[in-house]
Amino acid sequence: MRRPPTLIAGLAILGLWIAAALLGRHLTPHDPYADDLLHTLTPPSGTHWFGTDQLGRDVFSRVIVGARDILIVTPLATLLGVVAGTILGLFTGYLRGAFDAVAGRIIEAMQAVPLVIVALLALAAVGTSNLTVILVIGLVFMPLIARTVRTAVLAEADLDYVAAAQLRGDGPLRIMFGEILPNVLPLVLVEATVRFGYAIFFVASLSFLGFGIQPPSPDWGLAIAENYSLIGSYWWVVMFDVLATASLVLGVNLTADGLQTVFER
Amino acid sequence: MTAALAFQGVDVTYRAGGEDRRVLRDLNLAIAPGEAYGLVGESGCGKSTAAFAAVRYLARNGQVSRGQILVDGQNIAGLSPRELRQLRSHKVAMVYQDPSRALNPSLRIGRQMAEVFEVSEGLTGKPAFDRAEAMLARVQIASPDRVMTAYPHELSGGMQQRVVIAMALSINPTLLILDEPTTALDATVEAEIVALIAELRREFSTALLFISHNLNLIARTCERVGVLYAGELVEEGPTAAVIGDPRHPYTAGLLRSVPRPGLNKATARLDTIPGSPPPAGAMPVGCIFADRCPIATDRCRAEAPPLADLGSRLSRCFYPEQAADLSPSSLRHSRRSLSSGSPKARPVGGNDEERDGRPVLQATNLSKIFSAGDKILHAVNNISVDLHKGETLGIVGESGSGKSTLARLIVGLIPPTEGAISLDTEHLAAKATRRSSSQLNMLQMIFQNPGAALNRSKTIRRIIGAPSEERLRALAHDVRLADTVLNQKPRQLSGGMQQRVAIARAFAGEPEIVICDEPTSALDVSVQAAILNLLADLQAERGVSYLFISHDLNIVHYLADRIAVLYLGRLVEIGPTEAIFSGPRHPYTEALLAAADPDRARLKGDPPSATDPPPGCAFQTRCPRKIGRICEEQEPELIDAGGEHAIRCHIPATELNEPRPIQE
Repeated sequence: MRRPPTLIAGLAILGLWIAAALLGRHLTPHDPYADDLLHTLTPPSGTHWFGTDQLGRDVFSRVIVGARDILIVTPLATLLGVVAGTILGLFTGYLRGAFDAVAGRIIEAMQAVPLVIVALLALAAVGTSNLTVILVIGLVFMPLIARTVRTAVLAEADLDYVAAAQLRGDGPLRIMFGEILPNVLPLVLVEATVRFGYAIFFVASLSFLGFGIQPPSPDWGLAIAENYSLIGSYWWVVMFDVLATASLVLGVNLTADGLQTVFER
Repeated sequence: MTAALAFQGVDVTYRAGGEDRRVLRDLNLAIAPGEAYGLVGESGCGKSTAAFAAVRYLARNGQVSRGQILVDGQNIAGLSPRELRQLRSHKVAMVYQDPSRALNPSLRIGRQMAEVFEVSEGLTGKPAFDRAEAMLARVQIASPDRVMTAYPHELSGGMQQRVVIAMALSINPTLLILDEPTTALDATVEAEIVALIAELRREFSTALLFISHNLNLIARTCERVGVLYAGELVEEGPTAAVIGDPRHPYTAGLLRSVPRPGLNKATARLDTIPGSPPPAGAMPVGCIFADRCPIATDRCRAEAPPLADLGSRLSRCFYPEQAADLSPSSLRHSRRSLSSGSPKARPVGGNDEERDGRPVLQATNLSKIFSAGDKILHAVNNISVDLHKGETLGIVGESGSGKSTLARLIVGLIPPTEGAISLDTEHLAAKATRRSSSQLNMLQMIFQNPGAALNRSKTIRRIIGAPSEERLRALAHDVRLADTVLNQKPRQLSGGMQQRVAIARAFAGEPEIVICDEPTSALDVSVQAAILNLLADLQAERGVSYLFISHDLNIVHYLADRIAVLYLGRLVEIGPTEAIFSGPRHPYTEALLAAADPDRARLKGDPPSATDPPPGCAFQTRCPRKIGRICEEQEPELIDAGGEHAIRCHIPATELNEPRPIQE
């Protein structure tokens, strides 16, 4: 089967960043943590491709290494949200009734508040670490994914193969996970990639606000937060981190789009 | 004279999976102005492709790769976008299968109708609306003013289709294309629409391209018919000649597959067309039908027959005279089946000596009320039926009569509001989830749409779910499925094969009773015959009982020992098949039978809303034999008409028996 070009482009961008995250220090021309106070805020040049920051650290090296934390935190957060959300979606969509009504209202209530605020409050309460960021983003995403999955499950549950399974004596768990889940899995996969894109934005935003990845990790959001007051004279200390974040999100979204095309065939 | 529509050597190809597949090949046909031409064939033969090609509206991956299509003498391939719009708004109109999708759900009928006159004649405001209302009256809508202010969802399917036809005729088109216009409608409504089309033809000078899988409908509406098979026109000629005396084995096979009135499982097998049509884009060397043809010779397999001129008609067969011998009318004289073995009499269950025992299934006073907001729908209203070992109880009625709800109540997919069900005298829990696994095994169901009833992510092996490999192979063999199919997924199978899988699944647990909910209505006629034969064979071998739901009385006649007729959730008649077909019968049953017969009076109007049933007898609003106040005030009892036959009517059975001419 021919793969759509969006999928190939998306996977290529994603692959580059994953390579950066895995190899990290092996790819960097300079030590990303080494200060060089004689060469602070130098513009991009042959030695420092992306220039240096306020402490004279090589921006290119810091962008490369900055891929690591975000590519640890966001996939795990997405995975947590997708798994929990899919289970919740299957239960609410298949069992309906009181459970669905209660869970549905809670989901709606959560969506009435901006997600960043919910996440900030939660992180302020439990304290910020990579683990708490993963848990909070996962839990914030769960209801969104649950709602998408629930809609698909409602449509599947009306199909007669579910009735046939009931007449064979299959219990609800078996019907949900054995019969319905395989048919909503393509949707879940697409939803997961879309959410992954949002998660990257989310973590970058939280880091920017000081509640995400903590210093001294060379994180992109963090770097933007530390340097954005300098953007007027020293654009390179912010621009490359912004582009890095944007390209990663773009890569993920292209992948999501490509996957959707593949599954729709 | 310029033809209203002409196909001249047209090939249509679809590009799929990087390959061009020819779905229409060398199609030649011409429809004269004012002529009605029927195009018949099974699903996938290219009927709808031809229709879309005629208005240059093929799917994005489709194209006319050879030949040309002329509408009113104009080659449509060369039209500019503006001219194409002009063609569609002034010359050609199309009516599709599902009227609810052809109408805009958020606009009132009046607005949508007026739009046609605004575009085609430049009218605005009141004149456009007046014309719209007049047009609705012409398609015999009783109260056009009411319909004008209604939204599509407030109208019944039959009424919606009338509106769509009115809209199509509003432009007074040169050519009207009807693509399966009644397939989504009930038989009684279908009869009305077909009669309407026939009448409108006399009024308007429109040429008609009528596309259908149903030869009988074409017979009632068209002068000439073309039979398509795998993208090729295999036969063409005057309708009466083609249907009464076919000259191509495929046409003959199609005609024989339809259960004829009076045929019964005890005395005859249904004829089938063996095998399945070639995949789209297949390019056989010889005749495209040779693989399935009972009279094919080596010549047929080596050389493609031309569309030969036989005087007033055409046939793509080397042996048109032999093909004529295959037609059902010639079979009537010598019952000799060529395709599927000789007509064996099956040992029939449900006959007198076996009927003495207790019924295997008893449903008593079943009722189901659905409520949504302040609306209450009495979908099933106090119905009692029983089923004996080895017998088939046919359930007939229009859509909304409660047939499917009754089936789902019995198998326990939905719990009844009232009533009880017992299996072999054992009381059954209301919900399937509360029934024991042996009870579940004994009572199985076959669904209407096999595509939805099979889990698309599983293999056939897992779907059938037999306890052992040996058992699985035995089941596959019993439903005539090849072992190679077992590792495939449902979408790799044709509709008929999918339904065989569903039947194998139902029989996996050795059921005593199988509920069949319109198991063949989604299938082509040649496939339908094979499935009905299979069900009858399985019943003869295993003595299972069927509750067989259908809207097709000929099918029910073939398969059922007894028939129950439902109307608006009520049981209006029940009795042995022969008793019902020979009469006396309920006026509604009478009307259902009449719907299949163009010479008999048809039922007017649609069933009343089940949320707001009429007082007295449920059928009184449409009953051609209503006797007066009593029908409006008092619900009749189910009265015994002798020999287990009971009719819910105020008219005594003896009077119902008298055939009565019904004034229109």
